[in-house]
Amino acid sequence: MTTLTPVLTDNWGDERAWTLAAYEARGGYQALDKAFAMAPDAVIESVKESGLRGRGGAGFPTGMKWGFIPQDNPKPKYLVVNADESEPGTCKDIPLMMASPHTLVEGVIISSYAIRANKAFIYIRGEVLHVIRRVQRAVEEAYAAGHLGTDIHGSGFDLDVVVHAGAGAYICGEETALLEGLEGRRGQPRLRPPFPAVAGLYASPTVINNVESIASVPSIIANGHHWFSSMGTEKSKGFGIFSLSGHVQTPGQYEAPLGITLRELIELAGGIREGHELKFWTPGGSSTPLLTAEHLDVPLDFEGVGAAGSMLGTRALQIFDDTTCVVRATLRWTEFYKHESCGKCTPCREGTWWLVQVLSALEKGQGSEADLDLLLDQCDNILGRSFCALADGAVSPITSSIKYFRDEYIAHLTGGGCPFDPSRTTAWAGQEVTA
Amino acid sequence: MTTTPEKATDLVSLTIDGIQVSVPKDTLVIRAAEQVGVQIPRFCDHPLLAPVGACRQCLVDVPDAGNGRGFPKPQASCTLPVAEGMVVNTQATSPVADKAQQGIMEFLLINHPLDCPVCDKGGECPLQNQAMTNGRGDSRFSAGGGVKRTFPKPISISPQVLLDRERCIVCQRCTRFAAEIPGDPFIALVERGAQQQIGIAEDAPFLSYFSGNVIQICPVGALTSAEYRFRSRPFDLVSTPGVGEHDSCGAAIRIDHRRGKVMRRLSGEDPEVNEEWITDKDRFAFHYATQADRLTYPQVRDRVEDGGDGSLRPASWPEAFAVAARGLAAAGGVGVLTGGRLTAEDAYAYSKFARVSLGTNDIDFRSRPLSAEEASFLAAEVALRSPGNGGVSYADLETASSVVLAGLEPEDEAGTIFLRLRKAVRARGTRVVAVAPYATRGLSKLSAQVVRTAPGAEAAAIAGLDGVDAGSVILVGERLATVPGALSAAAALARRTGARLAWVPRRAGDRGAVEAGCLPNLLPGGRPVADAQARVDAGTTWGVDHLPDAAGRDADEIVAALVSGELGGLVIGGVDPDDTADPAATRAAIEAASFVVALELRETDVTRAADVVFPVAPVVDKAGTFVTWEGRPRPFEAVFASPGSLPDVRVLAGIAEELDRPLGFRTILEARAEMQEMGPWDGERAGHTAVDAVPAGGDGFALATWKLLVDNGSMQHGDKAYLATGRVAVARLSPAAYDAHGPIVTLTGDRGSVTLPAEPADLDDDVVWVPANSFGNGVLAGLASPGSRVTIAKGDPA
Amino acid sequence: MIDQKTQDELREIAARYPEARSGLLPMLHLVQSVEGRITPEGIELCADILGISAADVSGVATFYTMYKRRPVGDYHVGVCTNTLCAVMGGDAIFERLKDHLAVGNDETTEDGRISLEHVECNAACDYAPVVMVNWEFMDNQTPESAVQVVDDLRAGKEVHSTRGPRICTWREAERVLAGFPDGRADDGPAAGPASLVGLGIARERGWTAPDAHLAVTSGQEEGQ
Ligand SMILES: Cc1cc2nc3c(=O)[nH]c(=O)nc-3n(C[C@H](O)[C@H](O)[C@H](O)COP(=O)(O)O)c2cc1C
Ligand code: SF4
Ligand code: SF4
Ligand code: FES
Ligand code: FES
Repeated sequence: MTTLTPVLTDNWGDERAWTLAAYEARGGYQALDKAFAMAPDAVIESVKESGLRGRGGAGFPTGMKWGFIPQDNPKPKYLVVNADESEPGTCKDIPLMMASPHTLVEGVIISSYAIRANKAFIYIRGEVLHVIRRVQRAVEEAYAAGHLGTDIHGSGFDLDVVVHAGAGAYICGEETALLEGLEGRRGQPRLRPPFPAVAGLYASPTVINNVESIASVPSIIANGHHWFSSMGTEKSKGFGIFSLSGHVQTPGQYEAPLGITLRELIELAGGIREGHELKFWTPGGSSTPLLTAEHLDVPLDFEGVGAAGSMLGTRALQIFDDTTCVVRATLRWTEFYKHESCGKCTPCREGTWWLVQVLSALEKGQGSEADLDLLLDQCDNILGRSFCALADGAVSPITSSIKYFRDEYIAHLTGGGCPFDPSRTTAWAGQEVTA
Repeated sequence: MTTTPEKATDLVSLTIDGIQVSVPKDTLVIRAAEQVGVQIPRFCDHPLLAPVGACRQCLVDVPDAGNGRGFPKPQASCTLPVAEGMVVNTQATSPVADKAQQGIMEFLLINHPLDCPVCDKGGECPLQNQAMTNGRGDSRFSAGGGVKRTFPKPISISPQVLLDRERCIVCQRCTRFAAEIPGDPFIALVERGAQQQIGIAEDAPFLSYFSGNVIQICPVGALTSAEYRFRSRPFDLVSTPGVGEHDSCGAAIRIDHRRGKVMRRLSGEDPEVNEEWITDKDRFAFHYATQADRLTYPQVRDRVEDGGDGSLRPASWPEAFAVAARGLAAAGGVGVLTGGRLTAEDAYAYSKFARVSLGTNDIDFRSRPLSAEEASFLAAEVALRSPGNGGVSYADLETASSVVLAGLEPEDEAGTIFLRLRKAVRARGTRVVAVAPYATRGLSKLSAQVVRTAPGAEAAAIAGLDGVDAGSVILVGERLATVPGALSAAAALARRTGARLAWVPRRAGDRGAVEAGCLPNLLPGGRPVADAQARVDAGTTWGVDHLPDAAGRDADEIVAALVSGELGGLVIGGVDPDDTADPAATRAAIEAASFVVALELRETDVTRAADVVFPVAPVVDKAGTFVTWEGRPRPFEAVFASPGSLPDVRVLAGIAEELDRPLGFRTILEARAEMQEMGPWDGERAGHTAVDAVPAGGDGFALATWKLLVDNGSMQHGDKAYLATGRVAVARLSPAAYDAHGPIVTLTGDRGSVTLPAEPADLDDDVVWVPANSFGNGVLAGLASPGSRVTIAKGDPA
Repeated sequence: MIDQKTQDELREIAARYPEARSGLLPMLHLVQSVEGRITPEGIELCADILGISAADVSGVATFYTMYKRRPVGDYHVGVCTNTLCAVMGGDAIFERLKDHLAVGNDETTEDGRISLEHVECNAACDYAPVVMVNWEFMDNQTPESAVQVVDDLRAGKEVHSTRGPRICTWREAERVLAGFPDGRADDGPAAGPASLVGLGIARERGWTAPDAHLAVTSGQEEGQ
């Protein structure tokens, strides 16, 4: 049995956990001094050694990313925190910033020190007002306490942090689109190369990391990289926040070593809703292909989920039980991608427009079985043909749902509509039945 | 885009569809494929715009990226640079690439309207062509009952350009053009996803001098011009290459015509000159040649003194030649004013006509303010220079360490130079320094460092420039002629620093006229009139033993001599008196002349006053050569064979023959052959007589002015939509002067008054700028001479 | 007419960044806070301040969904109807609110109080179904609770976020997004219940991350 390992979530229950006082009371900002006592390169080395991989979805080794920053480049270096958290199902960064924004701020300072950035930006999606208040406040407090500004803790290191609110665009989670947004432009992804490490914000060397990645840094510095890598699996080290939502008894945040299984997590969450069974789930947000009950024992690490034909993504475990129509779920996600397609490239812009039409017809029981092959062919023409990974994500629910639930699609056609009762899926459905 | 390798070491070898090819490093795969004859389909890609990889039509399979590993997914060949050992399989050999491309094509078509039969682009549409050669016959989208995205029909994004959003495939060529090439980002992507479209801000139309280029590069029929819309179909059109006749840039154009009528003009491709862009003036201003006042037959005046009623009447060509010859022979001293619009061949004919047929050096092409200093400067510093021969070229602008602009506003006066400079500034950060009255929008788009200079103070400003070195280029505009010492200062600066110097006139024929010797001090081929050897040399080609040796009169002196009666006759072609230094004097001169022969395209004040009027051919009706400001000849052929429409060459030959002093040629080709035979002067060049600067000053406001690109010029008549894109005439004042006199001001000079809206700009407190030909009869006729002083009063806002 | 104070604040936003244009997103939030939507005047003003074209600003203003071209009510009610919330009841909530308020998607009630919109996943799926009011969380909603919320808001009653402060007006919220804090960061709890379930279990069962000191030792041993 894998046990939970609260690190990032450890102080979330503390009284006024978001305040500097509360954070400092449990040793906050002490990792900072430890980092300042190290050479910046040693900090990078330590993060490399820890095996920390990006928590924003792709799992790129964080220390390696920092090492790509060309230190001989005379331009200023920037750290940008990706706090756009908009991938459907993903809900870990937002509670982290709400409960303990100082963990992030301390991580920002250490990370900036490592890459020698004197300016950092926290790009928070705009639709989370109170979270933005908390981060704004934390930054204010950190300045007042001398954790930000000039000559921080007497180290000679200067850092300014700007909290930047987005304005409603999922695509701005994609790092180059985020940079465009941060530069005051339409959030449309940029050509790569050049990679942000070489020419990112203002064409200067830039590191972009997810909130959870950056927030993990203080603990790595405080406790040592061995500590971090003692958790997790061979290639997926450390802990991560697993977000369970949907048809489990107690949805919520579960911080555990990578490699824990869904079976274990569901058990911790009190099981699937009373009287129902797991039908399908996303391992890491809607952009990661659906899995089913047959995958309950897949280790939730980058390799394990990959081997199962999906991706670990953001550990956004959306759980759907047998009351849920997979066609409805897939259509809704597809509508999301259509709505969020930035419009830059043809296959995503036009493809999602078309996919929605074919799927809505199918959901209404219109069309024919050949439409499933049409859908798969459209997906084939989108996947890997688009400008950025949003479109790859867009086809994930479709291809995976057809793979596992082809019969259910056909049942819509033969039955002339959806065989499911949507009222049975709701959070209050059980209560109504008993009432 | 040059793909010629400079050094073998820069080559990269790769295999495309099994064929080995070596291309310069950094070449994009899409262009490398062209080298092996494979055309990868594309929409967003444009060789002169930064790559975006948006349309995804150009996907290819790359089984080996050059490192032994392939790309797992098809790659956009328009954003992928070649790598040594790379293996690329295009749609020609790879089923993966082929399917990927077919898939994209299908996506592009789902929302595309099926209106090709009524679309302007139909027949020349990359999307249509691609769909026909490569697309699926049937539409799976409509077969499945797909619902297309619709937009209300076309919207105007400027008075000239319309946008049909349903046709748009949002390739961003237009927006990238606008932002990158002219720097006019007034169109932008708006909305998102499937609703994404091209748009403008409310009340802020896409007003760019180069807007027409977006119509041409749009890969579908989404952008059309109000002027050409629905007028014809590409397959009904015949295309003939031409050269822009509106400025001295020599831009290549393509003239599309049908049954003797020009339907539209497009940019041609001339990598040395305009690359693939032209100004809206070169694109849209061609209706001047078909206006109702076009002259179509010769006319002679039944002179009262000969018993006639004093009116002009139609005449046959032979009669007109004879009457003209008789009148000129009897006039007792004839001056020749040729205007700046001539082809090199026509200019040569005038030059020879003056010297051989009339026996005079009283000839001048400068139908605008001028000076003797300028004539000397042209002979010494301009004539005979050309790219590769001491002259500055467009390419030199791109490589120069810095470029100095003096008396030249490139965006208004030389659009192709403006675009080349922007390219240099964007690609290499070239420093542009402008001696100008204020930081214009055009100069700010060049990130120019403005050396703010009041009109009249240019000579001192040029002399005081620093940071000019041997890698610099100095471009002087014709306007400097009016500032004593300015051209001399520029020449001195070039000599002192080793910088190269070029003169940029405004009109297409100006530079050719210098080479042809339409100046009082120059014979053709840069031969100084004052040099006996040079005269003998020219005379030999012309088969005459004597050429006039007295220095001729320049245009101002010709005008004065006509008024005073020292000259009696005038041969005048393509001159608008209101363009000249003193319009009233020019009109008086025409009035005073005892005999006037006019060669003109359209009826004007000059033809109405002339004794013999010859219609001459517009450029579409004749072959010819324009010489660019660089000194680069750009020959062109006639678009139409119109036997009744004769070039100036032929008219002058006819008169000369009646004068018994024939030119020895009658056609453009013959004239061209003789010009070649005479060749350039290889003797000593005329030296430049430097002129000292004169301190500027005085009461009131010094008048700064030049012509906007789009203005009231007669060669821009006839296209309402085009004219509506012009900038509103305003007077620009310093903020202090604006506060004192704005927002509406009345300017009064020695020639009249004008009331205009005012705008503040970073001018000196005693300088005012107005556009030269955007109101009334223009500044010269109706206000004052450039550089002179005017007074300003608060205008009546009525 | 956008007043001088706002103009100064727009400039202040632009000055926060190494390159002024970076201020555009927050600047547009500020425009909304004073204009109640993105107005042509606001677009032009931003363009002027940043030295970019109004077309470019317009391109940005129309890209992001939080910028509104039609006037927004005092309270913007966003019902999450992304898949998970939809399934958990978001669809039913949205339908009920449409009926109850007699407005469609992206419309405002006649009294100008409430604007209704369905929104995408708002990173609170563990609280599904979620409703956002002026971008504050209203967790674990039902059609009935949502109706109560909008009724209370319309009635001018004080409504609190389930994990945050008293709900302010949309314009006030936009001002905070523009980077002008309203001093209410300390309202509300650190976390809602769902955020704490894992922690609770760990506490209950005595589970923790490994002891740092032990980990270092074992790590060193591994290394040897
Ligand atoms: C469509 C799309 C949306 C994304 N959204 C987010 C996001 O909301 N938050 C995030 O941290 N990363 C997101 N990413 C991943 C980022 O591009 C980037 O990989 C990540 O921020 C890097 O940080 P990390 O290495 O710390 O994970 C997204 C990627 C794509 C393609
Ligand atoms: S795949 Fe293309 S259209 Fe879709 S979000 Fe990415 S760049 Fe934009
Ligand atoms: S209008 Fe034409 S050039 Fe512009 S984006 Fe659309 S298709 Fe491309
Ligand atoms: S031509 Fe390559 S993506 Fe458009
Ligand atoms: S799906 Fe509604 S908050 Fe995530």
